[in-house]
Amino acid sequence: MTGSSFSRSRLAASLPLAAIVLAVLAGIVPVALIGIDEGIITGHIIDAYVLRILWFTLLQAGLSTILSVALAIPVALALARVDFIGRRLLLRLFALPLALPAIVVILGIVTVYGRTGWLSSLIGSPLNVYGLAGILLAHVFFNLPLATRLLLQQLDGIPPESWRLAAQLDFTERARFRLIEWPQMRGSLPGIASLVFLLCAASFAVVLTLGGGPSATTLEVGIYQALRFDYDPARATVLSLLQLALCALLVLLAGQYANAVQSWPSLRRKPDRHDAQSPLRSLILSVIIAAAALFVGVPIAAIVIAGALATFTWSGLLHATLTSLAIALPAAALSLALAWPLAQASARAASPSWRSLLNLSALLTLIVPPAVLATGWFILASRSGLALSAAPFLVIAMNALMALPFALGTLSTSVQQAMAQHDRLCASLGIGGLRRLILIDLPVLRRPLGLAAAMAFMLSLGDLTAITLFGSQSLVTLPALIYAQMGSYRIDAAAGSALALALFSMVIITLLDKWAAKA
Amino acid sequence: MIRLDNIHFRYDDYTADFDFEIAKGEFVAVIGPSGSGKSTLLSLIAGFDAPQSGRILLDGKDMTRAPPSARPVTMVFQDHNTFAHLDLWTNVALGISPSLKLTATEKQDVDEALARTGLAALARRKPGEVSGGERQRVAIARALLRDEPILLLDEPFAALGPALRREMLDLVKELQAEKTYTVMLVSHNPEDALYAATRTAFLDNGRILAFEPTRQLLQRRDLPELESYIG
Repeated sequence: MTGSSFSRSRLAASLPLAAIVLAVLAGIVPVALIGIDEGIITGHIIDAYVLRILWFTLLQAGLSTILSVALAIPVALALARVDFIGRRLLLRLFALPLALPAIVVILGIVTVYGRTGWLSSLIGSPLNVYGLAGILLAHVFFNLPLATRLLLQQLDGIPPESWRLAAQLDFTERARFRLIEWPQMRGSLPGIASLVFLLCAASFAVVLTLGGGPSATTLEVGIYQALRFDYDPARATVLSLLQLALCALLVLLAGQYANAVQSWPSLRRKPDRHDAQSPLRSLILSVIIAAAALFVGVPIAAIVIAGALATFTWSGLLHATLTSLAIALPAAALSLALAWPLAQASARAASPSWRSLLNLSALLTLIVPPAVLATGWFILASRSGLALSAAPFLVIAMNALMALPFALGTLSTSVQQAMAQHDRLCASLGIGGLRRLILIDLPVLRRPLGLAAAMAFMLSLGDLTAITLFGSQSLVTLPALIYAQMGSYRIDAAAGSALALALFSMVIITLLDKWAAKA
Repeated sequence: MIRLDNIHFRYDDYTADFDFEIAKGEFVAVIGPSGSGKSTLLSLIAGFDAPQSGRILLDGKDMTRAPPSARPVTMVFQDHNTFAHLDLWTNVALGISPSLKLTATEKQDVDEALARTGLAALARRKPGEVSGGERQRVAIARALLRDEPILLLDEPFAALGPALRREMLDLVKELQAEKTYTVMLVSHNPEDALYAATRTAFLDNGRILAFEPTRQLLQRRDLPELESYIG
C-alpha cells in the first residue's frame, strides 16, 4: 500500500463521513436544544403520557422477542432434523417477511387475521387484529422466521464429526439436544434476542397500522404523531431522546447481527445426522414444520390472492410507482456513493481508531432512529419555511442513510478483498484515480456494487417511515398509497397496490439472489 | 477381524469397491491421495455410509445394515473428537454413557483411562484449554474405555508434529498389543505406516491397488499411481 493511495482514500471517505455526521447532527441538535429548553421551562419533561409510551414500547418489544425466539427454537430444531422436498423453498419463504416491504406483509396479515379476514369468516366471529395482540402477531410473523434462520445457521455449524460421535456412542435424542444442539444455540441466543428486541422496539409500520391511541403507541410512532398530528415538537423531542438512548443501547448489544436481517439463507445440503426418527417423533416434527409453514405462508399467499382479486386504481398506482422510482433510484445511488468510499477507506485504514470511526459512522444511522432524524430535520426545514419543497429530498436522504449499514455490510468484505489483491499491483504499475476505477475497480466490484445498490433500492422502495413523516398529498409512494388506502378502509384497493409493490420487490429480490450467488 | 465382501459404494458420481480381510489384532495402515476413498472406507466400516451391495463382517458377524452404535467399532476423527463445553473427564465418560450417570466403578474406569493416556492432571480442563495432541488423547482414552475390538483412526495425528505423532503412535501400538485390537490407521504419511503397521493398503480412485507388508509396498516400483503419490 502506498502513502498516496492511503491519503487519497482517507480524503475520499472524509466527504461521505462529513455528510453523515452533518445529517445526524442536523437531526439531533435541534432535538436536543428544544429538549433542554423544554426541560428548563416546565421543570419536568417526562409526564405520564411519555412514561406510558415508553412502557408500551418495552412491553411489546419484550413480549414479541420472547414469543419469536421461544417459538423459533422448536422450528429450527425440527428443520435441522427433517429433510423434505421443499425444504429449500420453505427457507426462502422464511426470508420473505423481512425482505418484502413491511406494509405489504402487514396487509397480508390483516387479510388473514383482520375483522373481515379469512380466519374470522372461517370461525364465524370477527377477530380484532388491532392493539397489543395484533402488534405481537405481526412482530412474531416478522421475527420468528428471522430467529429460525439464525438458529438454523448455528445448528448447521455443528461439525459432522459430532453427529458421527453421537451415532457411535448411541446418544439418545435428549443427549443429542443437551450435549450438541443446546450448547451450540445457547451462545447465539442473547444476540438473536437483542436483535429481535431492537427491530421490535424501533418498528414503525406495524405499530402505525395495527397500534393506535395512547394505549398502543411506541416511541417511534409517538414521535410521528407528535410531529404530524399534534404539532408538538417539544414532545417529539422528549420521545426522540428516549428512543435515541434505547436504540443506542440495543445497537451496542446487537449491532453485529444487524446484517443478518437482509441476508439470504445459505442453502447448503442438510448435514447427515446419522439418526433415525421414530414414527411418533417424525409426526411431531412434521406438525411443527407444517404449522410454521402455514403461519408464514398463508399471509404471503393472501397478498397474492387478495391482490389478484382486487380492483386496481391504475392512475393512482402508476403515479405512486413513478414517485417511488423517483425516490428509490436516487436514494440507492446516494447510499452507494456514501458506502463505497467508506468501505474503501475502512479496508485501507492503517490505524484502528480511524477504522472504528468509519464503522461507527455506518452504525450511526442504526443508533439514531429515523424518527429522531426526521424530528430534527423537520424542525430545521419548517423554521426555514422549506418543509414542503424540501420533502422529497429529505425522504431520499433519509432512505439513503437508513440503507447505509446494509449497503456497507454488503460491500465491505468484497472491497477489502479487492483492495488487498490489487493495491500493490496498481501502485507498481502506476494505475490510479479514474483509470483504476474504470479499468480495475468497477469490473471487479460490479456484482457487490450491484448487490448493495439493489438492496438500498429495495429498502427505499418499501420505506414507510420517511414517507409518512415527510409525505403529503402531492408526495405519495407505493407504501404510502397502500397505507392511505388501508386507513380509509379501501382494503380491496390496498390489496391491488400491495400486490404491485410485492411483484416489484420480488423482481429485485430475484436479481439480488442471482447476484449474491455469483458474487 | 474386518472383512469387506464385494462392497460396492456409490455417492453421486463417486464409486468405490472393496474386497479384503484383516485378521484380529492386525495393525493396518491405509494410504493414498486425497479423494482416493480412505475416509469412505472407514465410514463404511463404522456405519456412517451404507454400501449399495456386498457384505461387511466385523468379528465374524454380518454388520452390513447395523447402525454405528451396534458395531464393535470405535472411530477417532482428525478433528472434533471432543465437545468444547465439556471438560476432558466428561468427554471421556461419554464413552460409557451419554446420560453421564456413572457408577463408582465406572468413574474409576474413566480415571484410569485418563491416567493411561497421560491426561490425569488435565481432567477438569476444557478441550480449548489443552493442546491438539492432548485433545486427540481424549479420543484414545474414550476408545480404551469403550474397549471395542476394532479401532479406526481417520488421520487423527495429521495436525501434530513428527515427534508428537510418533509418541501418539507408540501409545496406540501399546494398547493394540495389550488388548489385541484390530486397528486401521488412515494416514497421509508413509512414515507412519512404516512405523506402526504390519500391512498397508494403497488406495487410488476408490480401489485398493495394493495391500501387502508395509516395507514391501513402499519399495514397489511397478505401480505408477504409488510412484506419483509418494513422489
